Amino acid sequence: MTDPKPVLRLRDIVKTFPGVRALDGVSFDVRAGEVHALMGENGAGKSTLMKVLGGVLAPNEGQIFIGEDPVVMTSPKQAKAMGVMFIHQELSLADELSVAENIFLGELPLKSFGRVDWDKLYADTDRILETLNVGFDAKTRVGDLSIANQQMVEIGRALTVDPRAVIFDEPTASLTDAEKVVLFNVIADLQARGVGIIYISHRMEEIFKITDRISVLRDGQYSGTLNTAETNEDEVTQLMIGRSLDLSRNASHHQMGNVALEVRGLSCGRLFEDVSFDVRQGEVLGFYGLVGAGRTEIAETIFGLRTPSAGQILLNGQEVQITSPIDAIKLGISLVPEDRKDQGLVLGMNCKDNMSLPQVGRLTKGPFVSQGAEIAIFDKYRDKLDIRTPGWRQAVGNLSGGNQQKIVIGKWLSMQPEVLIVDEPTRGIDVGSKSEIHNLIRDLAAQGFAVIVISSEMPEVLHVSDRIVAMFAGRVMREFTSEEVTEDNLIQAISGIKEQGPAGHAAASHGIGQDKALT
Amino acid sequence: MTSQNRRDLIKQSGIWVFIVVELAFFSIVGNYLSVSDQAFMDFDNMLLLLKQSAPIGIIALGMTIIMINGNIDLSVGATFALAAIVLLDSMTWPFMQNLGNWAIPLAWGFALMTGVVLGAINGLIVWKTGVDAFIVTLGSMLGFRGLVFMYNGEQPTSHLNWTLVDFAEAQFLGLHTATWFLLGTALVLWLVTTRTNHGRNAYAVGNNRDAAVNAGIRVGPHIMWNFMLIGFLAALSAVVFYSESGSVNPNDGMLYELWAITAVVLGGTKLAGGYGSIIGTLGGVIAIQLLRKGLGHIGADTQTVNLVIGLILIAVLVMDRQLNRQGKEELKI
Repeated sequence: MTDPKPVLRLRDIVKTFPGVRALDGVSFDVRAGEVHALMGENGAGKSTLMKVLGGVLAPNEGQIFIGEDPVVMTSPKQAKAMGVMFIHQELSLADELSVAENIFLGELPLKSFGRVDWDKLYADTDRILETLNVGFDAKTRVGDLSIANQQMVEIGRALTVDPRAVIFDEPTASLTDAEKVVLFNVIADLQARGVGIIYISHRMEEIFKITDRISVLRDGQYSGTLNTAETNEDEVTQLMIGRSLDLSRNASHHQMGNVALEVRGLSCGRLFEDVSFDVRQGEVLGFYGLVGAGRTEIAETIFGLRTPSAGQILLNGQEVQITSPIDAIKLGISLVPEDRKDQGLVLGMNCKDNMSLPQVGRLTKGPFVSQGAEIAIFDKYRDKLDIRTPGWRQAVGNLSGGNQQKIVIGKWLSMQPEVLIVDEPTRGIDVGSKSEIHNLIRDLAAQGFAVIVISSEMPEVLHVSDRIVAMFAGRVMREFTSEEVTEDNLIQAISGIKEQGPAGHAAASHGIGQDKALT
Repeated sequence: MTSQNRRDLIKQSGIWVFIVVELAFFSIVGNYLSVSDQAFMDFDNMLLLLKQSAPIGIIALGMTIIMINGNIDLSVGATFALAAIVLLDSMTWPFMQNLGNWAIPLAWGFALMTGVVLGAINGLIVWKTGVDAFIVTLGSMLGFRGLVFMYNGEQPTSHLNWTLVDFAEAQFLGLHTATWFLLGTALVLWLVTTRTNHGRNAYAVGNNRDAAVNAGIRVGPHIMWNFMLIGFLAALSAVVFYSESGSVNPNDGMLYELWAITAVVLGGTKLAGGYGSIIGTLGGVIAIQLLRKGLGHIGADTQTVNLVIGLILIAVLVMDRQLNRQGKEELKI
């Protein structure tokens, strides 16, 4: 069924950002009527590649061909005009407008004097909706539709022109199994019309169900293309991670103390269910999983930002009630949040003020804040964490990502916590600072802190953790010690694949459930 | 000096430069156009200017903390009027009349309490419902004004207490009572915003509310305290002004919220929160009063004054935006 002619080719694309080579000579093509999976770990360069293809980012080197013609993509609008359409993971719809208005947003058919030609608009929209085989009509308000149907509207947008290539970015992330079936039918239809499809997903089952070929990116480099029919999950996994890790595995075993934090059967609505784990003094517990697996939500619940629907939290063996961050801080739990700029720092404030923020109420002399006490804290942690800043007056917004992250970590260390939760410790931080932060985390554990690290980067999790909890879709799939974990079994656990080993039968049964639902 | 520091310096000193320009302009132009023989920069004239700045100035200083917090309070004008009515009317209550001059501090207490309670109502609603402060105080602006009219209909409420008038008209070290209240309020609030935990939290909440929550700051109660503070200050402003005038119209204090906000914004405080200073607001208050007085001095009428102030406000915000632009990579709208 494959037409050997590529509808779209990318050749030797290079894209560099300051300090990072995000894409390093990537070549990739899509044939007419094929579904081509693009895989790779978080940060492997998939999104960057798609931004280059969509005209959002200009490549430093390399060439894009549509059919046989070389093109220079300068804007998303141009990409659309050439028939390259994107279905983004995050929906970008105007909830208050109708389906028809959303589909033709920016290009409504007009009559004289700029009046909208509503009849033509609705007729055109209905024609598109017919090919999608959906149960709503052109006049429905988009906000009233389910997520799955909203995604159909997004797809409808791609069909206003005759598309040559359609890119689906994690389209099934928020779909139920029944809804996935509908989506796959739409993809099959497009395929039959000779459209080339790029399908980005982490979910192996889907990839093996609907794609023809699989291309893999690794650290910004092209690492190979496989025919889906001739390969298996292991081989793909190998391509995704098969490198000699420059980060050595964590080997520094030091003395561990008592269990500092224990969580039993913790649930929070549908975000995560029945999560149990413990972490000891002097231990680093890693949480690994796909984005949306519920890791951050667990941290937020322990820190009192969310109310659990079931389960217990025990600190040093005592059950505790945590209803707000204030409670958590009092009990000695600290959270370095996922998004430094949105949740961790007050960007308009200087370094010193940011660092002393949680305890500034205690650093008072009479009615006033004692600046001397604040500066003493800042100096101590600047030296301890090697924060490079001209001085405490510097606004944190002017620091590099690595130094900003150290300010946040310093802020919480100065509170002398018992449990330190670090969510995505090195997101948006350059490579050099990354290993500094990793060493820092190991040091903290060696000093007796109980540390929980949540990360979407496998090398990081493997490097810093003593034990690793693998999560999938809000559940703990399996817990690994640093001896038994391998890249293979870890990536399978977080993809929801049932495991072969004898350990963790309960976890495996969830995996089976997922498998069945897909087939 | 980094470019950031340079920008901050320009922004903080800008309002004072503007005041100097105003003084120079009105002094020079006043020589040719003024209807009076008196020089504009006359010392007594300047003292009077400070006194006249006080009613809106005291409110604007409180509005600064509210706006640093990322909120706004539109109900201050109505609170001002209601506190004024309580002040004057309470002195006519039978039991108060037997207290002689002790009625004065008691009446002040009633008025200030009124302001605190009205502010607490605003703050509690903002905290507990999470509705935007703009909407909440828009509602309470109308509601409080309704209470003002319910009190005495369209009639003014009057009561002259000569001891009170003497106090209000007194001058201490050359400055009027009202001026002392303005400067005292500015000093206290300056200390609060720059030196205390509460002030620090105000900036943190306004700049990044999520980070403030994560740092264990009780954001809701914090916001409520600030609304109680501005209610108190609106009432204090009324106490200072009506101790002297002795008569309040039900329409008094209308548009005070907008004048206060104008002064705060001219003083460099960001509408979005997280940035601003008490000293800047003091400058903004003086700049506006100078403008009103100066334009009057050279014979312009009220309408012209409003037009000019409006234009200057917009010009200031355009300049502020230019200073804040991060460069060409910023998104165009």
